[in-house]
Amino acid sequence: CVLHLPLQEMIRAIRSARTQCEERGVIQRECAAIRAQFRQADNGGRSHNLAKLLYVHMLGYPAHFGQMECVRMIASPRYSEKRVGYLGAMMLLDEKQDASLLITNSIKNDLSHSNQYVQSLALCTLACMGSAEMCRDLAPEIDRLLRASNSYIKKKAALCAVHIVRKVHDLGELFAPAARSLLAEKNHGVLHGAVVLITELCERNPETLERFRKTVPDLVQIMKGLVISGYSPEHDVAGISDPFLQVRILRLLRILGRNNEAASDAMNDLLAQVATNTDSTKTVGNAVLYETVLTVLDIKSESGLRVLAVNILGRFLLNNDRNIRYIAMTSLQRIVGTDHNAVQRHRGTIVDCLKDQDASVKRRALELSLALVSATNIRSMMKELLLFLSSCPLELRAQAASGIFNAAERYAPSQRWHIDTILHVLTTAGGDVRDETVPNLIQLITNTSELHCYTVHKLYRALLSDISQQSLVQVACWCIGEYGDLLLRGECQETEPVQVTEDDVLDALETVLQSHMSAPATRGFALTATMKLSTRITDNVDRIRSIVSIYGSCIDVELQQRAVEYNALFKKYDHMRAAVLERMPVIEKNSPGHTNGESTREAVKEVQPAKVKQAETLLPQQPASQVCDLLDLLGGSEEPLQPNPAVGSTLPVLPVSTSSTAGGDLLDLLGGLEPTPLTPAPTVTVYEKGGVTLTLSSEKQSDSGLTVTLTACNSTDSDISSFTLQAAVPKSVQLHMKAPSGDSLPARGAAKVTQMVALSNPNKVNLKMRIRISYTSQGSAFQDTVQVDSFPEH
Amino acid sequence: MIQFVLMVNRQGQTRLSRYYQSVALNRRAALEADVVRCCLSRKKDQCSFVEYKDFKLVYRQYAALYIVVGVTDSENELSIYELVHNFVEVLDKYFSRIMFNLDRVHVILDEMIQNGHIVETNKSRILAPLSAIDKMADS
Repeated sequence: CVLHLPLQEMIRAIRSARTQCEERGVIQRECAAIRAQFRQADNGGRSHNLAKLLYVHMLGYPAHFGQMECVRMIASPRYSEKRVGYLGAMMLLDEKQDASLLITNSIKNDLSHSNQYVQSLALCTLACMGSAEMCRDLAPEIDRLLRASNSYIKKKAALCAVHIVRKVHDLGELFAPAARSLLAEKNHGVLHGAVVLITELCERNPETLERFRKTVPDLVQIMKGLVISGYSPEHDVAGISDPFLQVRILRLLRILGRNNEAASDAMNDLLAQVATNTDSTKTVGNAVLYETVLTVLDIKSESGLRVLAVNILGRFLLNNDRNIRYIAMTSLQRIVGTDHNAVQRHRGTIVDCLKDQDASVKRRALELSLALVSATNIRSMMKELLLFLSSCPLELRAQAASGIFNAAERYAPSQRWHIDTILHVLTTAGGDVRDETVPNLIQLITNTSELHCYTVHKLYRALLSDISQQSLVQVACWCIGEYGDLLLRGECQETEPVQVTEDDVLDALETVLQSHMSAPATRGFALTATMKLSTRITDNVDRIRSIVSIYGSCIDVELQQRAVEYNALFKKYDHMRAAVLERMPVIEKNSPGHTNGESTREAVKEVQPAKVKQAETLLPQQPASQVCDLLDLLGGSEEPLQPNPAVGSTLPVLPVSTSSTAGGDLLDLLGGLEPTPLTPAPTVTVYEKGGVTLTLSSEKQSDSGLTVTLTACNSTDSDISSFTLQAAVPKSVQLHMKAPSGDSLPARGAAKVTQMVALSNPNKVNLKMRIRISYTSQGSAFQDTVQVDSFPEH
Repeated sequence: MIQFVLMVNRQGQTRLSRYYQSVALNRRAALEADVVRCCLSRKKDQCSFVEYKDFKLVYRQYAALYIVVGVTDSENELSIYELVHNFVEVLDKYFSRIMFNLDRVHVILDEMIQNGHIVETNKSRILAPLSAIDKMADS
């Protein structure tokens, strides 16, 4: 037909352009011609010009100059022009364009046009780009069409109503009655539109949903008709009668049956019938079955029906068609929480899907497999999962590793198995594990004291073969540092004995230190481990000394700082070195079967001589004896450890201060955490004379440790200066007085002076304290003594 | 609901596009390129459903042409898969007698899908208006 050629010619010209530039040239020329044509008076080819413009628009070129032409065409009496005009409106106009307002009137008129195809154009366009204004304006017209027109118009009006309701929610009420009556129609197009409209109304308004529950029997009847009826040529798609309508009805039933026993009961038999009778040899049938399964699982269905549904999914998993397998996986995943046992029955097939070619199926299989791990199947499942990890696509490795860790954490049949599993993952996918894996593993290893020897041997061997996997290397370094003595001893019950010399171990650590593959954090681990070995080896301490001193001038600030501080530990504080570097105590977990994540990471970072992170999250408990030993070692230090009372005991805090003054205070070496008492300790007034009040509060730190806080206040009218407190305790009790907050007490209690005293009473004698108070007030010196015989216990 | 329908060739050139959810012009090119890349890079043994951002893509290949339908999460993928085939069968039936014409494809599409929902799947009912329209256009 001649009239079609212009558009086709242009398309051909565009397609034959060899470069983007050439294409642009063709299009620019055509657009210029089109614009010129638009400016001319009415000629026969207007619709073709607009059609060409729409094609150009589809390719992504600007076409806004055609908007007014659309408006003009829509108003034309010629059908061909109206048609292109409306299509243009759908493609070029949205409610943001001013021109869209201009077509409201045309649409209104065309909705009642004598030609149903014109009506159809108006309906289609309104449903596509009608603004809220237009929708409100034309809603009554649409309602009229829903009730009194032919089926061709009714089906389109129904979907138009869907758009209107989306734009103006309140209008749902208007369409509900018409929607209801449309369910009695025979025409499938109308039925389909009605079901979609009712679905929309129910999803928007719970009250409407309530009312439409009454239609469940009608919907069931319609479905029955479709499922049982013989071959109907009109609606047949590969042996299924109107599968598209069936799917929509099933979806509506789902919405109506959700959370409602009565409605669910009413549809139970039908769903069973559809599930059993639908031919599943072709995709069409499976589409219906799929929708059925989704509905059964979402409503309050009988357990028998649920089992039937899950079994359908199980069958899907074995289907040759990968689309069906994918669908099955997605659905099973949605229900693995609620119908766990039913899904467990298909575990074998699911695990097999880990080997599927399709990445989406693999991902689903991984998620499902992890969800199906239990105490009974952990060993076999882990075999499959580890196998999967070694060959899985890169984008799934992090997820797989993390899932494996969680599963191992929850269901590990033995600690050795647990450690082995984690090591296996680190060897296979060490680069893809999350940060907290390292501290978590370290905690696990520390707590499995009987396997220290086995673990350090295994990790040492892993380190020798590959130092590229940072997490593995970090854990290995840490273990070698901690348990190097066990490594050097050679024998180990669980593994073959191997002779490891001190030089071998130091070589391994130095390799890590020097390798360009090692991340800065990893090098930190290696350096610290090397340092720790200084108390665990006998012959090569000088080698360690030299390594440490070399890194004292390392460019990496972190390493340099560590090295400098370790140097200090060698030189000025050599007497402390053994204590500082001794074996870590057992770290308690926060709760059983649950990794500490954040808090453990903090704890582990603490136990390395590294900077203290002040006021961090809850730190795990430590046995008090360790700390008290430290306190003893420290003798007359002025600033004892301030433990976090929230935890109730002290930490093996061996942090080093941020200032790298090698000859700095002993205090700095220990730093301290900001004490943050959770509840205020009870206070007791121990002295009140001459306007000066001294209160005392105490807090038990451990079995034999007590922190006493003395607070002084001056209620007289004159300031007090040179205020000092001295304390004496029974012989076996150790006392450390912290520096007071100040030595002046302003008048009228404007400010207080506090001083903390740490007491250690290992022999548990009766605790007494004599306090001497001295101060100057109004030029005269005062002195007094008070004895405290009992301390309020927190 | 259906958000868009695309017909692209193996080189990724758009042959037909319809959007049922408003997408800004400047974003369409990027979206189409991205979607096409997703589908064209799939292997033979991979399934026809792709998760893409917050919706799903259902695609089918017919000779040198890919038909891609973007749908919201709530849609039944298998059903849409069948719809695409239905569409192709209708096109086949109509254009077996008539020379291919993009304008008519739009008409057919409009008879099948309206504001993101299926409106008619019966082939005869879809094509009946077209013969009437053809007659009107000729007169």
